[in-house]
Amino acid sequence: MPSVFHIVVCGSIVPDPLQTLEPITTPTGPALKNELMLPAVLDPWAWHALFEAANLAKNNPGSKVWLVALGPKAKLQQVMMSVAQKAPFELVVIDGPASGFTESAEVASELAAAITSIAGLDKTKLLLFGGWESASRGAGTTLPMVGERLGITDQFQGVDQISVQPDGSFEVLERIEGGKHQVSTCAGAPALLGWATGNLPEPPNNPQVGMANMRTLMPALQKAKPAKVTNTGLAYASVALPKQRRETRIVKDMPADEIAQEIVAWIRAD
Amino acid sequence: MESILFLACVEADGSLAKAAREALSAAKNLAAGLGGAPLVVGLIGAEVQSAANALAACGAARFLGVAGAEFAPSRYTTDTAAATALAKAAGATIVVAPASSRTNRCLAGAAQRLGGRVDSHATSIAAAADGKISLTRWYYRQRMEGVLTRTARPWVVLLESGCAPAYAGVPGTTTVEAVAVELPALRTTVTGVRAPASDAQTIRPDAKLLFVAGAGWTKKQADGQVHATEAEQLILGFLASAKASLGSTKSLVDLSGEGQAVLKFMSHLNQVGQTGSTPRHPKGLATCCHGEEPHTVGWRFINERRAINLNAACSWAQGKADVLYVADAFDVMRKVNALLSSG
Ligand SMILES: Cc1cc2nc3c(=O)[nH]c(=O)nc-3n(C[C@H](O)[C@H](O)[C@H](O)COP(=O)(O)OP(=O)(O)OC[C@H]3O[C@@H](n4cnc5c(N)ncnc54)[C@H](O)[C@@H]3O)c2cc1C
Repeated sequence: MPSVFHIVVCGSIVPDPLQTLEPITTPTGPALKNELMLPAVLDPWAWHALFEAANLAKNNPGSKVWLVALGPKAKLQQVMMSVAQKAPFELVVIDGPASGFTESAEVASELAAAITSIAGLDKTKLLLFGGWESASRGAGTTLPMVGERLGITDQFQGVDQISVQPDGSFEVLERIEGGKHQVSTCAGAPALLGWATGNLPEPPNNPQVGMANMRTLMPALQKAKPAKVTNTGLAYASVALPKQRRETRIVKDMPADEIAQEIVAWIRAD
Repeated sequence: MESILFLACVEADGSLAKAAREALSAAKNLAAGLGGAPLVVGLIGAEVQSAANALAACGAARFLGVAGAEFAPSRYTTDTAAATALAKAAGATIVVAPASSRTNRCLAGAAQRLGGRVDSHATSIAAAADGKISLTRWYYRQRMEGVLTRTARPWVVLLESGCAPAYAGVPGTTTVEAVAVELPALRTTVTGVRAPASDAQTIRPDAKLLFVAGAGWTKKQADGQVHATEAEQLILGFLASAKASLGSTKSLVDLSGEGQAVLKFMSHLNQVGQTGSTPRHPKGLATCCHGEEPHTVGWRFINERRAINLNAACSWAQGKADVLYVADAFDVMRKVNALLSSG
C-alpha cells in the first residue's frame, strides 16, 4: 500500500544566476542594487526539491505538495507563472524580503508559523523539503531551524535520493565529503530533507497543471501576510565584491610541448 | 565576558580532522583576542579521550565529551542533542566548530535549541582591539563578501576549512568530563557510505590541484569529430598521475544527464560554481571552460589558477586566472600526461 505524505517545500526566489550583482547599503542594511528589477528564478536547490516532492506525491497517491515561500509577493507572482507549469502544488506566501542578508532564524520562525497554519496538514505525514542551501544566503541554516520549531528531529542535508519502502520508511542518500553519499534509513514521516541536485530532470511544462495551480496561486498571493524580518541583533560592517582582478598572462603561439613543460613544472613546484 | 566552546566531532579512528584543528586555532585566537576569554573543548564521538589528549596543550580550561556508540555516526538526532548539551555544559556564548557535512547538518538545529544564532560557511571570526567580534562569510554563492557582528548569544559559528592554520600542539593527557545527553527514540539508522568505484573516485578534497573540465571536451574538434573517449582517457590519466581532484562546469555535467557523448565518470557532485561547489585547493587548472562571468565562482577559493582554452576571450581566464594558454587542451594534456608518467 502506498504511503500518504504531506510534503511541504520551502523555497523562495533568487536573482537569475546570470545577472551581475552589486551590493549596496540601505538604511535597513545591505541589499542588491536594483534588487526588485533583477529577473528572478526559484532558488535552484529548492527547485530540485519541488520536482522531487512532485514525483514522490505522484508515486504515492493521496499525497499532497505545498510550496511555502517568503518573498516579495509581486516578484513571487512573476516567478510562479513559470514554476506553476512544472508540478502540482498549493502555494503559501509570506510577503517579505528574499534577500540573502536576512536573518535565517527569523525567516525560519515565519516559515514555521506559516506551515503550522496550513489547514489540513497532518504533521505525522509531514516531509519538510527545501534546498540544502539557498543561492542567496547560501547558509543551509533556515530549514533545520524550521524543522526544530515543528519538532522534526530526523533531518537530512545534501540529499540526492529518497527511496520509500511500502511501509512508509525510507532510505536517504546525503552528500558527504569526497564525492560520496552517506546512506541512512528512517522510520518514516515526519522528517526533513534539504535537497541537493537529486536525480530528476526539470519536468516539461504542463499547461493543465498550470491551470490547476492558478486556481490557488492568486488567492494565496492575495492573502499573503507580511513577514516580520528585522535582523534583530545582526549588523553588517561591510558587504563588498572581491576587488582583486588578476593580471592574466596570456600565452599564445607557444608549442604544446612547451606549454606542457610549463604546466608540469608548475604542478610540481610547492 | 564571552566564553568560547570549540566543538568538534571525532573521526572514526579517534583522531581530529585537519579542519577541526584549524577551527581550534581560530577559537584559541578568538579567546586570546578577547583578552583571555575561557576556552572549553567539546568533543562528540564513539570515543573522545584520544582526541582530547591530542589537544591537551591547547590551553582549554575544560574538556567536555559526549561519547558512546550512538554518537559514532553522523546523524542529526544524536549530534544535535550532543552539541546542545555540550554548549549548555560549557556555558558557551560563542561556539566555534569546523564546517563539515556532519556539523553543517546539526549545528543550526542546536543553535535553535539554545535560543541562539548561527553562521555557517564563515571564513574568519576574530575580535578587534575594542573586543567587538566580526565574522566574515560570502553571500550569493561566493559572489560578495560580508563582514557582520551579532549581539545575540550563543553564537554558533561553522568555520570553513583552509581559513586558519591547523593546531599542532604537543599531545598529553587530559581529563574529559562526560556530559550526559538524553536521547529520544532513534528513528534513523546510518547504514553506510556509497562511494563511486575507486577508478571513478574523482573528488579528492585534499588534493593540491583542482582540474576543471568544461563542455569543450565533448565538442566537435578541428577535424569535425567529437573525441569523448580520448577526452575521458586524458582526464582520467591526468587525475591519476597528478593526484588531482576533478571539477566540472554545469554544462558538462548536464550533458551527462541528457545522454550525449560524455564523460561517464562525471556527476553532479563534480559540478563547481554557482549551483555547484566551491572547493578549496592550492592550485587549479581549467580546461575547455568558457562559462559566463558569474559562474566562474567555482574557483573563488583556488589560490593559483591557470587555464587552457582555444579562445582567448575565455571568461574563466581573463582577469581571473594567472595564466591563460591559448591552445588545444587535447594536445597539451596529451603531453602533460606523457611528462607526468615519465617521472
Ligand atoms: C541556473 C543556472 C545555474 C548555473 N550554475 C552553474 C554552475 O554551478 N557552474 C557552472 O560552471 N556554470 C553554471 N551555469 C552556467 C552554465 O551552464 C554555463 O553555460 C556553463 O558553465 C558554460 O559551460 P562550459 O564552460 O563548460 O562550456 P561552453 O560554454 O560550451 O564552453 C566550452 C569552451 O571549450 C573551449 N574548447 C573547445 N574545444 C577545446 C579544445 N580542444 N581546447 C581548448 N578549449 C576548447 C571553447 O573555446 C569554449 O570556450 C549556470 C547557469 C544557470 C542558468
